[in-house]
Amino acid sequence: MSQPNRLKTGGRVDRSRQLTFTFNGQRYQGHPGDTLASALLANGVDIVNRSFKYSRPRGIVAAGAEEPNGIVQLGSTEAGQVPNVRATQQALYQDLSARSTNGWPNVQRDLMGLVGKLGGQFMPPGFYYKTFMAPASMWLTYEKYIRKAAGLGRSPTENDPDIYDHRHQHCDVLVVGAGPAGLSAALAAGRAGARVILVDEQEEMGGSLLSSRESIDDAPATTWVEKVLKELSELEHVTLMPRTTANGYHDHNFVTLHERCTEHLADLAPRAGGRRQVRSRMHRVRAGQVVLASGAHERPLVYAGNDVPGNMLAGAVSTYIRRYGVAPGNRLVLSTSNDDGYRSALDWAEAGREVVAIADARQNPDGELVEQARAKGIQIIAGSAVIEARGDKRVAAAKVAKIDIEGFKVTGPVEELACDTIASSGGFSPVVHLASHTGSRPTWNEELLGFMPSPVKGMTPTGGAHGVYALGQVIADGFKAGSAAGEACGFERQDASLPKVDERREGAAVALYQVPHQKATLRGPKQFVDMQNDVTAAAIELATREGFESIEHVKRYTAMGFGTDQGKLGNINGMAIAARCLGRTIPEVGTTVFRPNYTPVSFGAIVGRHCGELFDPERYTAMHQWHVENGAEFEDVGQWKRPWYFPRTVNGKTETMHEAVARECSAVREKVGILDASTLGKIDIQGPDAREFLGRVYTNKWAKLAPGRVRYGLMCKDDGMVFDDGTTSCLAENHFLMTTSTGGAATVLEWLEIWHQTEWPELDVYFNSVTDHWATMTVTGPEARKLMAELTDIDLDKDSFKFMDWREGKVAGVPARVFRISFTGELAYEINVQANYAMHVWKKLFAHGDKYGLTPYGTETMHVLRAEKGFIIAGQDTDGSVTPEDLGMHWAIGYDKPNSWIGKRALTRPDTKRTDRKQMVGLKPKDPSVVLEEGAQIVFDPNHAIPMPMKGHVTSSYYSPTLQSGFALAVVMGGHQKMGETVYLPMVDGQVHEAEIVSPIFLDPKGERQNV
Amino acid sequence: MFYIFCPYCGEHREEEEFHPKGQAHISRPEDPEATSDEEWGDYLFFRDNPRGVHHELWVHAVGCRKFFNITRHTVSYEILEVYKMGEQPSITAENYAAQQGAASADKERNASQAKHQEGVRA
Repeated sequence: MSQPNRLKTGGRVDRSRQLTFTFNGQRYQGHPGDTLASALLANGVDIVNRSFKYSRPRGIVAAGAEEPNGIVQLGSTEAGQVPNVRATQQALYQDLSARSTNGWPNVQRDLMGLVGKLGGQFMPPGFYYKTFMAPASMWLTYEKYIRKAAGLGRSPTENDPDIYDHRHQHCDVLVVGAGPAGLSAALAAGRAGARVILVDEQEEMGGSLLSSRESIDDAPATTWVEKVLKELSELEHVTLMPRTTANGYHDHNFVTLHERCTEHLADLAPRAGGRRQVRSRMHRVRAGQVVLASGAHERPLVYAGNDVPGNMLAGAVSTYIRRYGVAPGNRLVLSTSNDDGYRSALDWAEAGREVVAIADARQNPDGELVEQARAKGIQIIAGSAVIEARGDKRVAAAKVAKIDIEGFKVTGPVEELACDTIASSGGFSPVVHLASHTGSRPTWNEELLGFMPSPVKGMTPTGGAHGVYALGQVIADGFKAGSAAGEACGFERQDASLPKVDERREGAAVALYQVPHQKATLRGPKQFVDMQNDVTAAAIELATREGFESIEHVKRYTAMGFGTDQGKLGNINGMAIAARCLGRTIPEVGTTVFRPNYTPVSFGAIVGRHCGELFDPERYTAMHQWHVENGAEFEDVGQWKRPWYFPRTVNGKTETMHEAVARECSAVREKVGILDASTLGKIDIQGPDAREFLGRVYTNKWAKLAPGRVRYGLMCKDDGMVFDDGTTSCLAENHFLMTTSTGGAATVLEWLEIWHQTEWPELDVYFNSVTDHWATMTVTGPEARKLMAELTDIDLDKDSFKFMDWREGKVAGVPARVFRISFTGELAYEINVQANYAMHVWKKLFAHGDKYGLTPYGTETMHVLRAEKGFIIAGQDTDGSVTPEDLGMHWAIGYDKPNSWIGKRALTRPDTKRTDRKQMVGLKPKDPSVVLEEGAQIVFDPNHAIPMPMKGHVTSSYYSPTLQSGFALAVVMGGHQKMGETVYLPMVDGQVHEAEIVSPIFLDPKGERQNV
Repeated sequence: MFYIFCPYCGEHREEEEFHPKGQAHISRPEDPEATSDEEWGDYLFFRDNPRGVHHELWVHAVGCRKFFNITRHTVSYEILEVYKMGEQPSITAENYAAQQGAASADKERNASQAKHQEGVRA
């Protein structure tokens, strides 16, 4: 029979249309307006999952975000797989395909269930920690199987073809939740003229009103909803966003919204106008004021067997009947501690189904709803509760007994009532999740028996989230909150013209969380607190007995409130149980912290368009296209794409990197090479005090550097450690050009600024980044001068344009600055031209350079060449613990400068004066074919017992085609005094390399090649 | 993510435009050579880590590149004040406590709550 639980009339589903869907391979029918959960219930599907730890059969419990069991894997294709979808939140669409996330071989016949049944007693909290931690080496093996058995879905193995978006928004008032409070708040703020965003996580706005028994202005509540939505949609400054969850509430009213644009339509986003639509969108909203109208979650009662399918929240039962036209069973027993629970019994009876009895924990229930139930002839058993649900795959009976709440015991005989559904209500918990994302801890309200949001600046809780539950008051509270929020943003206060809602006389509720059982909690049948994580009342009691007193520790030990559930259903009950066991009150025990996200957000939405090529910005130099066309392999240096090497293809065979680098190195050492060095940081420094400033931030002297000259400088932090290096050229008396390492450009500029702005504001000096304005090409090698001579009007004579000089002139017909600085140790000209001329100059150089064997080289060759000369790379050969003296660069330290330049004072601290500091040396492997591993540790005695004292490490290591040997730069304790000594480098594979400590300058120690 | 008012630009901007630069008002000793190793070490390495009002140095890194100070509450993360380089804060830990004293009943309640609700946050 199709949809046995579907009622003939009622609800907001469209019975004129059928939708077909599959669940665990079985085909079912539903209607537009259904959620997957309501459609499953309509079809009488009791078991939707197997539980996480004990593998018990589980059914739908709730009707919204708090659902712990109905978590499914969605998707009919591999690429469209979505894990962790709550069936209660997923709109039904044609051909929807869903599977249970747990259960093997399937949810009906689950073999793991046997383990749960037999092993139940043997799986106390901390079971995994206690059982699988020894031997530690086996953990990885155990973990693999545990995870497989305990997963909540899987990620797709194919790429997601859908697209996702980000949107940044501002508003005056963000209203979270479009129930009675939220709608009313949006109305107040919207009428005032505030820019309002109203979000609601459900398919339709209206919240509890969509399944309410109450009337507003003498009409069904939904009529009021329609009226308000119409007015809001006509207000220009109001944005309505259904299917949008406010998932995270961050500092200073920054809220992330997850809008699901097409997930109610199909597996993958359908096409519109030939384009795939955006599947979902993350809104990052900065709100002036946030009105938190997130409502309240009903608390289930904790009784034995409360997880057997057929146990549901009372409010959910009402929602399924009234909103979806589904009665999820035939014979109902209600267990409640308050009047609100009665609504489910009334709805049930009005749907034509049998209400077996109402077990009310109160001695004298007397509210209006109670009277209505009495009038219908429903049996009410006062002072009692359902203490146990019987049944295996579906509830078969409810055991009801008189209870003493204070004494936590069963006081009367146990009556067994045959039924197939048990609804329970333990009152409401305001949804404080968002408010506590900001770090504000909720506070317990003894009168309302719930945690209330604590104050957060710029946030107003209202309605259920504020502990206000009576409909008339909710609407009034919402209006007040919305009006106040608008006022806080500078808009006029709105006078309320509130709709008429009949006031209902309500009986006081009683505080009931865990229901007592004849047997002690630890010995009785399982009473579940957190169904998603399979945490029982006994587990919490055991945790407190084992000494876990802090609720945060209890949480971690038992896993209560973990995962995607975030304690929506069970947390308050868990705290109440912990309080009972510890003999404290709930506020004394306190609450754990709820964290973003409120419900799971797909990675796609988080990533947005920031994937693939758009993952991070890419920076290209002016010559990039030439590099691409000439087959360069690229290396990422920060965001820059730099040519790594230029492999050549000869006779169909492409060079390896090793071959290409050997060829490029030889070209530079023997003929001429060219490097695109545009990525080097360049900072233009001007002002009368520029020279003085340089003298304070560099370790060496700048007082006498004349225009036309260039100097190398080291920069230290005030702790005396090197953090960047580079050359600075004197362009004019008050004008300098500083270069930095590629990665250090932004950092160095900020460094100069902080000293100028905070310590020496009296210095008249200005800094500007010109990295992108100038393109830099390094022409270097013995033939460099001949090539340059063909293209420039600058006098290249070795005595008038010396090493460490710079000249202005024309190169290839365009204005250029040419610097005779060398990072290769060869004769070198660094040509700087305006970036938009660079490609022309670069191509001209090749047009003329061919006959000299001009060879483009990349960063790898640059590294080999500079390391052969012992030139450091800051950040590779230094790591923030290396002083200029450690580098052996005493020549670059101006101890006698008149000022106390940055780093100077620290260089006389006892620690920086130690002679056994790690000092920069060269390493020559005994076997020339060995290239030492960068980062490899250095020891003096390879036969020392493990752990061996580590005496240094390799910082740069390459094979040198010029030296025909591997070679390395390293830091070694006391290394400067150990020239010629042998050190050892034990490797992971058991090999031990031997190397000799040598000077870090492997080639041309006197610098004759660059000085020609 | 913070929403920061840059006192030079005169506008609120998103935190991603700014860099935090640590505790504010750490001035370099006038004559570093005259300091003892201990004094120099204090200047280099030791910083406050208060629970409550804290003065921090920030820079509008991808905006105007100006450095300025923020007085921020390290529990609520509320920015109580921003002020330019060379200026002094008007809100300090001392006067903030006095100001809050007015609402001391509230505070006591929160404090007693806090005592019980302290826990591991992870």
